[in-house]
Amino acid sequence: MSFQPVLLWSDALLFILIATIIALALWARRQEPLRAAWGRVLKDGVAMAAATVLAVFVLIGLLDSLHFRERLPDQPGVPARYAVDVSSVLDALLSDLRARSEKTYSAPLATHLYSKEALADSAQREFPRLKHGGAHLGQDLSSHEFDIALRVSRGCAGGLVIWLLLVSVWCKVRGLEFIEMLKVGADGTAMRPVILTMLPILLLFGVAMSLGGSYHVFGTDKVGLDVLYLSFKAIRTSLLIGTLATLIMLPAAILLGILAGYVGGWVDDLIQYLYTTLSSIPGVLLIAAGVLMMQVIIDTHPDWFATTAERADARFLALCAILGVTGWTGLARLLRGETLKLRELEYVQAAQAFGVGRFAIMLRHILPNLMHIVVIAVVMDFTGLVLAEAVLSAIGIGVDPNTVSFGSMINTARWELARDPIVWWSLVAAFFIMFALVLAANLFADAVRDAFDPRSSA
Amino acid sequence: MSILEVRDLAIHIRAARPVDGVSFDIAAGECYALLGESGCGKSMTALGLMRLLPAAAEVAFGSVSFEGTDLLALPESGMRDVRGGGIGMIFQEPATSLNPVLTVGRQICESLHLHAKLNGAAARARAAELLEQVGIPDPVRRLDEFPFQLSGGLRQRVMIAIALAGSPRLLIADEPTTALDVTIQAQVLDLLDELRRTQGMALLLITHDLGVVARMADRIGVMYAGQLVEEASREAFFSRPAHPYSVRLFAALPDAANRGGRLTTIPGSVPAADVRHIGCRFADRCGEVMPVCSTELPPWREVDAGQRVRCHLPGAAPAVSSRVGAGDTASEAATPPLLEVRDLQVHFPIRRGLLQRAVGAVRAVDGMSLQLMPGRTLALVGESGCGKTTAGKAMLQLIRPTGGSVRLAGDELTTRSTQELRPLRAKMQMVFQDPFASLNPRLRVGEIIAEGMQALATGDANVAAKIGPLLEQVGLRADMATRYPHEFSGGQRQRIAIARALAVNPQLLICDEPTSALDVSVQAQILNLLSDLQRDLKLAYLFITHNIAVVDYLAHDVAVMYLGRVVESGSAEEVLRSPRHPYTQALLAAVPRVDGVRGDAPKLAGDMPSAAKPPAGCHFHPRCPLADDECKRDYPGETRVGATQVVRCFKAG
Repeated sequence: MSFQPVLLWSDALLFILIATIIALALWARRQEPLRAAWGRVLKDGVAMAAATVLAVFVLIGLLDSLHFRERLPDQPGVPARYAVDVSSVLDALLSDLRARSEKTYSAPLATHLYSKEALADSAQREFPRLKHGGAHLGQDLSSHEFDIALRVSRGCAGGLVIWLLLVSVWCKVRGLEFIEMLKVGADGTAMRPVILTMLPILLLFGVAMSLGGSYHVFGTDKVGLDVLYLSFKAIRTSLLIGTLATLIMLPAAILLGILAGYVGGWVDDLIQYLYTTLSSIPGVLLIAAGVLMMQVIIDTHPDWFATTAERADARFLALCAILGVTGWTGLARLLRGETLKLRELEYVQAAQAFGVGRFAIMLRHILPNLMHIVVIAVVMDFTGLVLAEAVLSAIGIGVDPNTVSFGSMINTARWELARDPIVWWSLVAAFFIMFALVLAANLFADAVRDAFDPRSSA
Repeated sequence: MSILEVRDLAIHIRAARPVDGVSFDIAAGECYALLGESGCGKSMTALGLMRLLPAAAEVAFGSVSFEGTDLLALPESGMRDVRGGGIGMIFQEPATSLNPVLTVGRQICESLHLHAKLNGAAARARAAELLEQVGIPDPVRRLDEFPFQLSGGLRQRVMIAIALAGSPRLLIADEPTTALDVTIQAQVLDLLDELRRTQGMALLLITHDLGVVARMADRIGVMYAGQLVEEASREAFFSRPAHPYSVRLFAALPDAANRGGRLTTIPGSVPAADVRHIGCRFADRCGEVMPVCSTELPPWREVDAGQRVRCHLPGAAPAVSSRVGAGDTASEAATPPLLEVRDLQVHFPIRRGLLQRAVGAVRAVDGMSLQLMPGRTLALVGESGCGKTTAGKAMLQLIRPTGGSVRLAGDELTTRSTQELRPLRAKMQMVFQDPFASLNPRLRVGEIIAEGMQALATGDANVAAKIGPLLEQVGLRADMATRYPHEFSGGQRQRIAIARALAVNPQLLICDEPTSALDVSVQAQILNLLSDLQRDLKLAYLFITHNIAVVDYLAHDVAVMYLGRVVESGSAEEVLRSPRHPYTQALLAAVPRVDGVRGDAPKLAGDMPSAAKPPAGCHFHPRCPLADDECKRDYPGETRVGATQVVRCFKAG
């Protein structure tokens, strides 16, 4: 084998998560009410468009989670050895981008570095040529703009062709005419928004691929790494930190919130005491303390980790756990208040009159009526966690420096905001990709919440 | 000379037409009542007159002329002078129509500043005058109180005072007493009537209560599905209603005369506002329907002087006779009681301070005793806050009683643990007041009904197979089990709640105001259902209510509660025909009667005292016209005054 697969803990968690989601989806297909509710989501245009965008993000994240170690060239008499650094399938796909690093900052699509340097063959300080960006142009830069335009149009055309190909394949499968496909509700689901969303996504990918072959589309960062490549790598970090921390936080918040509200008495006092104490400590301090403690443990046990990637992964998971453990208070407080209101409602008392047990009441009567709050809170928290990671990385207690994240991208870019002219591209790239991710998650969650509210489905 | 002329008023909310061509006039000093069930467009009409419609609604056409001014053509600034100045308005819920963070005085002065240009001390003096005018004792002190310090009746009086501050010529009262108790309702209605007479103010009264209409109105407009269907003077309307809908509204009213019989119900429900009508709107539910009714909109037709009706039937609609049912459902009284309550007490501690020490207790139920025989109906009557709902829940052990004993078919309930109670839960069930809050919106009807059977494991192997027959038993269709509660109307939801209770084959059903959230015609359907079920299943009902008419129709025995104790009990016949306790007398007298006959018993002044600080001696003595020193000292013991009638009053002997 020319590679050795590596399964990081976060990869394992991600695969378990996806397997659970698939299993749940298969189970839900057989449950009539759930199927009807998800059917409503499938018919919702905005939801499907948002789901398409999310799917692209998830796909990138998945590709970035298939890790392996490359096999080093064989030497006779020595057993097969593997590279020290762990790469992912995404790295392999983007090996071009990854390999072509410059010396330091360069603007998007530039042919020269961003700062002047003393060149060997000149007495003055000049902008040196980039090693890779626009290298094919040689010394003649007059065709620079024409070359960009040409590549953009080539990329667009490529994207369009792929899109048409995909759509016609889909039409073949469903036995529909191409034009019919674009009509509303052609086959019961809202395929039209999916197809229409795919078009700009494919166009953007086409352009990025066509330009990325010979330019740095989003420029390069301080150590000359391609920002487009970093952005792709940061998607996995964001997705994972959002979902894992939410998953850790959610059970605690729901369980403790409902218990406090429904059972009352000393249970309520205890839980209230707990979350008041937790939330009265400044959040960043608490997280910093947690992260630093984890850091010490990780640093004192270097033997636990075979590679730097594993160590970075451990630190990453620790961060998720700490964010989750400190993040449940807000939602728990909300749920407690709502439960206090719900438990006085007559349907809860009717259930009590039947002698239904406490946990059954919490499960059947309280929890489903809190789900709208939970869904909203999850999406808000997902957003908040993605942003929290950025803030924590910015003050140096976030992910491992080896892990690429939007936070670390922003952090490095932060120092250059004072430069004149400013280095804006890292920030802008991180901003737009996070914006797309968070907006898509919000829109999708909105549609899901509406679909599961029986009152709105009349 | 009419001060308000409404012509062809139509209000559209997108495709829906909640008000569809309404015309009426109100003369100065007249009380005009808009009568109809919920969803008929009464409130929407009033909001349309004031131009206070919700954002989605708009006046499609028609005109509203107030003292010769076309209100619909006025600019918004001119309309602001009319609102409060020309036309005042009071709403149904006094608890939410006052701003809780401003004192009463501030809120009255705001209106005085706007409409009478009074400020400072002059405004304050006028505000105190207004409070005195609406009958609030000690008005100067009340000016500095906040709304939460006032009772519901006083709040509604403050609302009236605010409306009066602009000296309006027309007062729109939208269900002004629906949220109030009968004794308080009587006080507020008296006040409105007196103000109308002394100030010459016209009154547009919006209500669903025929009793209130009979008490107050000069002329009546009956609304149905966005249109007026009948307009008549009070005398004409109450002696011979002309529209089939009006006739049925009367027939659906429960009272003693049709005891044991069945109430006339109006099949179906009010059509939704977005249904387009070609013919008569009532045709689907009408007993006298003719072919022409569904094809042609009936024109206005004079029946008599001052009475006109929108109906194709010549003459007045025939009276509907209520079919007499199976007779009285009472069983013999010789059997041992099914439910026996002795000295039941429920106290809620009042906690204060840092350590939450109990500094006192709200004695919601304070030593009540009653007996309920199998197959009979006992009505527990009282005003809100007297502890009747708490008592009902304490009997079911939903709230654990502080003291006393509750025995169900001989088994003591109060000493049992939650686990030990479970086997007895199937014998007693509860039907709640609000059908919109008593069904979990996230569960299907079938799941709701199955819950009790599953929780109590009633031994029915096939729970699912029982759901269909149960739904049919309460007059629904078996295939409705897969729907969600929000798809049903209030009456249907209450049927579902009854089916849920019946699922475990109870012997005792505690009904907590099961019809107070429902319209008259739907109330009749539910009452009929309850009496059918009692006859078929030999159920015993503990019927908690404040509606005396329902008690008169349904109950075999009555217990009257005041401030946590039963003050009078006995058979319905004895207690309702010859009440001996002054409170019972006042309660019965305060009920507005459809026949317009006024009780001669004294009206009660004031409100029920707080259960946290009950008065010494007889709890009723501060409001009692007969009270003397003995009443202030001791709580009266039981005096037997009839075959079954027991009263706790020194003066009843």
